[in-house]
Amino acid sequence: MNPVNYLYLAALLFTIGAAGVLIRRNAIVVFMCVELMLNACNLAFVTFSRMHGNLDGQIIAFFTMVVAAAEVVVGLAIIVSVFRARHSASVDDASLMKL
Amino acid sequence: MSTTAVHSLWTTAAVEPLNKIPAPHIEYTQLSPVLIVLTAAILSVLVEAFVPRKGRYVAQVFLSVLALAAAFAAVVGLAAGGYGSTKAQIAAMGAIAVDGPALFLQGTILLASIVSVFTFAERRLDPADHGHKVDSFAAEAAAVPGSEQEKAAVKAGFTTTEVFPLALFAIAGMLVFPAANDLLTLFVALEVFSLPLYLLCAVARRKRLMSQEAAVKYFLLGAFSSAFLLFGIALLYGYAGSVSYATIARVVDGAVVSVDPALAGTMGNDVLLLIGFAMVLAGLLFKVGAVPFHMWTPDVYQGAPTPVTGFMAAATKVAAFGALLRLLYVVLPGLTWDWRPVMWGVAIVTMLGGAIVAITQTDIKRLLAYSSIAHAGFLLAGVIAATPAGISSVLFYLGAYSFVTIGAFAVVTLVRDAGGEATHLSKWAGLGRRSPLVAAVFAVFLLAFAGIPLTSGFSGKFAVFKAAADGGAGALVVVGVLSSAIAAFFYIRVIVLMFFSEPKADGPTVAVPSALTTLTITAGVVVTLVLGLAPQYFLNLANQASVFVR
Repeated sequence: MNPVNYLYLAALLFTIGAAGVLIRRNAIVVFMCVELMLNACNLAFVTFSRMHGNLDGQIIAFFTMVVAAAEVVVGLAIIVSVFRARHSASVDDASLMKL
Repeated sequence: MSTTAVHSLWTTAAVEPLNKIPAPHIEYTQLSPVLIVLTAAILSVLVEAFVPRKGRYVAQVFLSVLALAAAFAAVVGLAAGGYGSTKAQIAAMGAIAVDGPALFLQGTILLASIVSVFTFAERRLDPADHGHKVDSFAAEAAAVPGSEQEKAAVKAGFTTTEVFPLALFAIAGMLVFPAANDLLTLFVALEVFSLPLYLLCAVARRKRLMSQEAAVKYFLLGAFSSAFLLFGIALLYGYAGSVSYATIARVVDGAVVSVDPALAGTMGNDVLLLIGFAMVLAGLLFKVGAVPFHMWTPDVYQGAPTPVTGFMAAATKVAAFGALLRLLYVVLPGLTWDWRPVMWGVAIVTMLGGAIVAITQTDIKRLLAYSSIAHAGFLLAGVIAATPAGISSVLFYLGAYSFVTIGAFAVVTLVRDAGGEATHLSKWAGLGRRSPLVAAVFAVFLLAFAGIPLTSGFSGKFAVFKAAADGGAGALVVVGVLSSAIAAFFYIRVIVLMFFSEPKADGPTVAVPSALTTLTITAGVVVTLVLGLAPQYFLNLANQASVFVR
């Protein structure tokens, strides 16, 4: 199969993730959409790695996974603390500073 | 058949070692500033784990300041050893550049961080709670605001000394960011400095709901933008087959002639280059807070604890502009004609947008946030020059701007009422009559923001606009001067409010800080005036430091 198809898939997943970030209202779901975008990046890296025949892209995919894991730790800590204080994880409710 | 013979049918003796992976060559001396700060950050986590609660604060402050000072000494040593000019090189297997701009920006970040750590450590502003000194950070960040758990933590005198290791990790990431010489290092450094900042935003002692809200907004938008950056990196990797800056620059210039036919669809495909580059640029412009990627700035600046805001506003901007300069000047000089029009547009809307929206602000921290957006626009004007003078003027401007910002936010921490910091502008009315000194110091910072002569803001703006005009961006300079005039209006309005209006009866009081914040503010004022009155030495320094290594 032509590896370019995987690039189309990666772009599609990235777009779905980006649309989800913009549309969804629950902070956890928004965050999951960001993770989807990062995984789309991974798919693109691995595909390009296969096409170029060098390993850089696969190594970068590992780095991305570690970074995504660290981001989950930080992100969930923040979202959970907000949820405990407000009993809501909706990004619309977080509007104390709206002008 | 003997066992050995049978065995040898499907195995082979490992006489020859398999292809050895060559051990990477790491230049520890050249990387010492980053390594010192990272080591201190790890030690600082250990302090958090093993030192008794009583001794932690002193240990953390001592360790942080010592490490930052040592790292600064290392930067000065490297610069004196010629690594900024003649011996500029690429270290750590091509991952990190050690050159003039990198060392200059690392020095700036470290100095700004030292004075920021002083404001982190300030414990004299709030009255003691249950006999324990308190700082700007929550007693126990994990406790729900107003809960029994939090009351118990306050009573026991807990403090969030974790802010020091977090700050050190963030600083280490910021040191790497402007020196990153491949896109992977760029991405990892971005995350290393962003993740601790998200957490630092969430731990304010007062107004914690706002602080957490700021953190959640910063986190979600920051993660969103770094995903864009990463996809851009993926596309650039697809374009060039490598993430190293030098290789990408060669492919952009068309120096790689023999393209594998199997790769003809991707390698050297301009669509990948342009889309990928636009996405990486969007990620970096988010970090510098340029319009249209600025939406997070006012909320995060307002909600975060003020010492953190000062640190973030200064150091993040320095690091992000360093990375942006390196990307545009090292990787994409072959693409200048493509990125210049885009950056023109971004710079114009950033300068005008920041200045115009700031006029309507009623909160001093939001006002400073919009002012920082406008300043990002002025800096972009220098970046667009695409000349050596452009680099040196941006370096100088960053140094001048970071100290003004940290000083201004440090003054904001002093003006307080019963609810903590009194950030609403109406409360600042008549401050000049009550505390002439504090108001005068703040006036100096505002004049520097406005770019009035004899302050560092003027020399910085002059250098940047001159570079932009020489670089063929005259129209941009006109817009810049116009928006400076708009911006001057609201800075002067605050000064008028402080000195020429009657103080209110229930106005805020000005807390008397300890030596730490005093030192920060003094450093801010001194740097502002010295860079305003005698900028030549520092301009020369920035000039010498303005050559990137390739």
